[in-house]
Amino acid sequence: MHKRILLARYGGLAAAAILLGVGVMRQEYLLVLQKAVRICLECIGIG
Amino acid sequence: MSGMHRDRMKGKPRVSFQRAVQLVSAVLLNGYAAGFQKGKIFTGGSKAVCVPVLNCYSCPGALGACPIGSLQALLNKRRFPFYVLGLLMLFGIVLGRAACGLLCPFGLAQDLLHKIPTPKWKVSKKIDRPARYLKYVVLVGIAILLPAFAVNGDGIAAPYFCQYICPAGTLGGGIPLLLANVELRTLVGALFRWKVGVLAVVLIAAVAIHRPFCRYLCPLGAFYAVFNRFSFFQMQLDRSKCVGCKRCERACPMAVEVTKALDSPECIRCGKCRAVCPHGAISCGFAFGVSEKAGPAQGRPAENDSGSVSL
Repeated sequence: MHKRILLARYGGLAAAAILLGVGVMRQEYLLVLQKAVRICLECIGIG
Repeated sequence: MSGMHRDRMKGKPRVSFQRAVQLVSAVLLNGYAAGFQKGKIFTGGSKAVCVPVLNCYSCPGALGACPIGSLQALLNKRRFPFYVLGLLMLFGIVLGRAACGLLCPFGLAQDLLHKIPTPKWKVSKKIDRPARYLKYVVLVGIAILLPAFAVNGDGIAAPYFCQYICPAGTLGGGIPLLLANVELRTLVGALFRWKVGVLAVVLIAAVAIHRPFCRYLCPLGAFYAVFNRFSFFQMQLDRSKCVGCKRCERACPMAVEVTKALDSPECIRCGKCRAVCPHGAISCGFAFGVSEKAGPAQGRPAENDSGSVSL
């Protein structure tokens, strides 16, 4: 069980790093930026 | 008289470590003060980075992007959200739900409201236990599936969680923006009234129940909860010091059975249990290995002999 925790911990970290790396390569952060710099009318309850 | 003064000086600090971290986090995450005055939002490059907590990117002060809002935005574009998911997993693996207990401004708001001296409601286990699963339904159903698949004729889906539920968006984004921006006020309608109603229910509930939104509705808390068992940041119980007084369980805002399951998905790592323990049986810190002799799942001491940093 303890080895499973270790595997989950470091395996999860590796998976996160890979996902993040792929996302950065695909420039998805620009999509996030594009959304975040405009007032989200739905989020503030205007729709 | 001097003895009384000396005793008072030995007492607990006025502001706990948790509260200090929460306040600093709220200020840093929403540091664009000019936004509150001008009724506008920050448009700098840091908004490409998701913050680890529920903090609406339409809050006038927000310097980063909301992870749940960003997740929905990417899902709506029919793209697998590698970047947002990678960031969320990174936060989850490193911190578990410590982001909830130490960094989230809406968590701070609920904590402060709970300090109002009124009768408190201890939710019975019959209601509380099944209700805790509701946040997973919100995460999977409302924050993921609906923005991905419930599109209109133009192929566009609303950010359903942000639009119909998120009280943090109303409190941090909607209300401050509408107060400062006259033009936006003319657009207020039924949706805003609904959202204010949802916010009011959550805030009133927070006076009587500790952290009701975190317990039952927060999709981000639901996501991080999955990582609590194996995150690097762990709470640890030293059974050799524990006398079973249960002060920790009475102090816990999430009603975690601290002495039985300290790595519970419900633990937000706020440290209140550690603060009230009279024998220093509870510690927290970053663990990089797991001892063969012990593990946190049973509340046993763990990690100290394989590389850990205790706080």
